[in-house]
Amino acid sequence: MRGRCPAVVVILLAALAGCGGSGSNEGGDRQLRVLAASSLTEPLDALADEFEADHPGVSVTAIYGSSATLASQVIEGAPADVLATADLDTMTTVEEAGAVLGPTSFAGNRLVLVTPADNPAGLSSFADLSSSEVTFVACVETAPCGKVARALLDRNGVPTQPRSLEIDVKAVLTKVTTGEADAGLVYASDAQAAGNEVQTFAVPGSAQEQNTYAIAVVEASSHGDLAAEWVDLVLSERGQSELAEAGFGPAPDTAP
Amino acid sequence: MTRGGVTGEPALGPPPLRLLVPAVVAGVFVALPLLGLVLRSPWERMPTLLADAAVREALWLSVLTATVATAVCVVLGLPLAWTLARTEHRGRSVVRGLVAIPLVMPPVVAGVALLAAFGRTGLAGAYLLDAGVTVPFTTVAVVLAHTFVALPFFVLSAEGALRSASSEYDAVAATLGADRWTTFRRVTLPMVLPGLAAGMLLAWARSLGEFGATVTFAGNYPGTTQTMPLLIYSVLQDDPPAAYALSLLLVGASVLVLVLLRDRWLGQVRAR
Repeated sequence: MRGRCPAVVVILLAALAGCGGSGSNEGGDRQLRVLAASSLTEPLDALADEFEADHPGVSVTAIYGSSATLASQVIEGAPADVLATADLDTMTTVEEAGAVLGPTSFAGNRLVLVTPADNPAGLSSFADLSSSEVTFVACVETAPCGKVARALLDRNGVPTQPRSLEIDVKAVLTKVTTGEADAGLVYASDAQAAGNEVQTFAVPGSAQEQNTYAIAVVEASSHGDLAAEWVDLVLSERGQSELAEAGFGPAPDTAP
Repeated sequence: MTRGGVTGEPALGPPPLRLLVPAVVAGVFVALPLLGLVLRSPWERMPTLLADAAVREALWLSVLTATVATAVCVVLGLPLAWTLARTEHRGRSVVRGLVAIPLVMPPVVAGVALLAAFGRTGLAGAYLLDAGVTVPFTTVAVVLAHTFVALPFFVLSAEGALRSASSEYDAVAATLGADRWTTFRRVTLPMVLPGLAAGMLLAWARSLGEFGATVTFAGNYPGTTQTMPLLIYSVLQDDPPAAYALSLLLVGASVLVLVLLRDRWLGQVRAR
């Protein structure tokens, strides 16, 4: 009896630590941990398969989330090899904290207007948002997609306000696809991923208000060489075409 | 007064280490994050933050919606608790289980469920829409979300209080000619008031901290649906220090609730 309970606790903790550590233990696999903005899910998953095929014994684990959350995780020392953010500001914060090495911009994304497939409010263009009858949603202005949405609404002189400032772009898309909102401002890549579930309309001036995606090797990475190869793949022609297929554009010029 | 014999101290010996060590670990585990929050918060920014219109709006909305939700919990939950405590019927355990579900349900799932019921295409929402009423994205939606998650806290506390106030008093009141409504109002209610107050505080505190169901069902807009937890999450994305400071305000509110509950919980323990 003596000490059984603590022993059980130790075993459980060890098992948990195992989960957190090198997840795969098939003959000393190397694991590349990529932390990326959730809008990158589709193209990076495709590139991960390719990377694994080219690097036997390497498994790529992609963790998707909001850029700000991932950035603070990297600053706080979460295990990671590569960080990809949906905007330059967030990456700059991480770079200034000394947590990443020399970031590069690798893609751009512009906002589009989406409606549910049956377009219940009968929108025919972005200008129809000005009608007070239309319930539309956008990202909260503290998030990159919200900053761009605010800039575009101002630039086009839309007098009406969003009914809700959703906490991330996926939440905006969900409000539209579930029919709670008549329209929403999401990234072109999200609209592409939603396929037939939405109708997509262009937003005037969206090319001038793009956000820039940045990628960098994490300073504390234990596989710096592999991480650099991953960044090269994303920047390569192959990586760029995968991104273009998912609705992303090339990285816009950094000049304002 | 003196419990021990000659020594004056009962001979229990010192507390065993294998109880003491985990107890200390537990205490530190809870205290450390709170300490981190206190140390990391930019205290000097607190006055500016409190003067900020968005913060005041969110604070006011949080207090308002939590209070209204608590009131709804009492108006609907007290009769439900009474029914569970004082009547015999087969469906009782089913109802009690049903009421408790939001306790263990992830709040985001609660939000999705509320959308399925009261959203524009929801079970009841579709009829409401025909009548010209849309619930999501309104303050009413925030109150509904809060009520949904806080109701079990109130109902279960109230039912416990009603059960411990023995129904023999009801029987005595009946022999004196009181009907059940009069008995409820004049006999039962005064006896269970402290228990109800504790349930109300729990429900209020749960409302104040509610995030998942609110953001999913009601959305996030300053002045109509952005409560403090939603504001904190929004601010965390580009100004983490401000988010720490705002979090402290909510911790302060939780401490206040504990202080108000101290006679009930801490006091009860002390009395033993």
